[in-house]
Amino acid sequence: MARRYDSSTTTFSPEGRLHQVEYAIEAINNAGTCVGILAKDGIVMASERRITSGLLAPAKTSEKTYKLCDHAACNVAGLTADANILIDQARIYAARNHYVYQDPIPVEQLVEHVCNYKQAYTQYGGLRPFGVAFLFAGYDIHHGFQLYQSDPSGNYSGWKATVIGSNNQAGKSLLKTEYKEEAPSVQEALMLAVKVLNKTMDGTAASVEKMELFRMTLDEDGNCQHHILTAEEAKDVIDSVAAEASSSGDS
Amino acid sequence: MDTVLAITFKGGVVLAADQSNARSIISYQSNIDKIKELTSHSAMGVAGPNCDLVRFTEYIAKNLALYKLNHDGTQLSTKAQANFCRSELAEALRKGPYQVNLLLGGFDKDVGQSLYYMDYLAALEKVNYGAHGHASNFCLSIMDKEYRDDLSEDAALKVIDHCIHEIHTRFLISQPNFMVKVIDKDGVRVVKFGGDPADT
Repeated sequence: MARRYDSSTTTFSPEGRLHQVEYAIEAINNAGTCVGILAKDGIVMASERRITSGLLAPAKTSEKTYKLCDHAACNVAGLTADANILIDQARIYAARNHYVYQDPIPVEQLVEHVCNYKQAYTQYGGLRPFGVAFLFAGYDIHHGFQLYQSDPSGNYSGWKATVIGSNNQAGKSLLKTEYKEEAPSVQEALMLAVKVLNKTMDGTAASVEKMELFRMTLDEDGNCQHHILTAEEAKDVIDSVAAEASSSGDS
Repeated sequence: MDTVLAITFKGGVVLAADQSNARSIISYQSNIDKIKELTSHSAMGVAGPNCDLVRFTEYIAKNLALYKLNHDGTQLSTKAQANFCRSELAEALRKGPYQVNLLLGGFDKDVGQSLYYMDYLAALEKVNYGAHGHASNFCLSIMDKEYRDDLSEDAALKVIDHCIHEIHTRFLISQPNFMVKVIDKDGVRVVKFGGDPADT
């Protein structure tokens, strides 16, 4: 039934669905998991590093986390080549906004711009949608720390904690039980993020090479700090999660 | 020919401008308001031909209103507004320039009062006080002497009055009417004027 209405992005199906957009969203469910958690004093984003071949040269900075401007960064799940285009768009827009207003762009504006760009590919031109989902982490004076998720349809929403990529449903259900009403500290959020990745990477043992941990905080001058955890720092978090897990259940 | 004056004080900004609209030997009007309110807590005093004054101020004010509508009620800071004006002037400079010199003042909850001096070539500088027009030759030295960091509103208004008095005494061109406005935490308000702009 869907066959007839799914080859063009710009056609609705009789049930009122855009199949190409839905297929794009499916494509992301095969990608490496990313989890984002809003903390009291910052944001944490953790991603699964999929090592497809031992011959691959390790990425110099990151293959999942990208800095968009001084006060915003994003994590990618999906087609990296598609993501690069959108990240360029975001960086240019943020920088241009700063040129005109000499003020950091409010995070939601940046997210909305990227999403509007994605939406155009679901309505005009006969081009396929971008097969990328983003987690945006940012800080501005209007709304403090914010976490947004966007998908190929061009929809976005703000989250306290969310997961994208493979096994995201398992991750989300874990977050529903473990994310307390009162926001965690950055350290607690890092641990929670590792717990989520442990669950979604179900079966494979957690290790520093397979996870990338990122945190965004403010320094004492109020400037945003982007930090991808070093191997030692990441190992500390992973070890404390493992210790907590093994001692839980003991009375 | 136009006179625009401005001075910051503790908790706000005073903007003053003459009220004459004249060209060559003719005076069209002597009660116009050259201090255009941009947002609830910012305004700019403009010197230049009336056409550019109106075109530029209305363009900026409406764009700022659009920004507020598009962004859930958040307003741009005074600094962002001033830089936006500057970038518009710079953009138009090599296409169809606006011949406007302005003093943009505003009050923000977090940083307090601020004043920005801009000219028709899109230069921009944050200042404590400023003046545009021939009158600046007479008034800047008064402001240099009398400005303090912790001026009260009354003291700031007195400095402006002193400047206006000097203009009336020594400036060749007659500018009998001045519009004076104050921007503080409560917004933009008219303090006094020589000619009522509503009087048509």
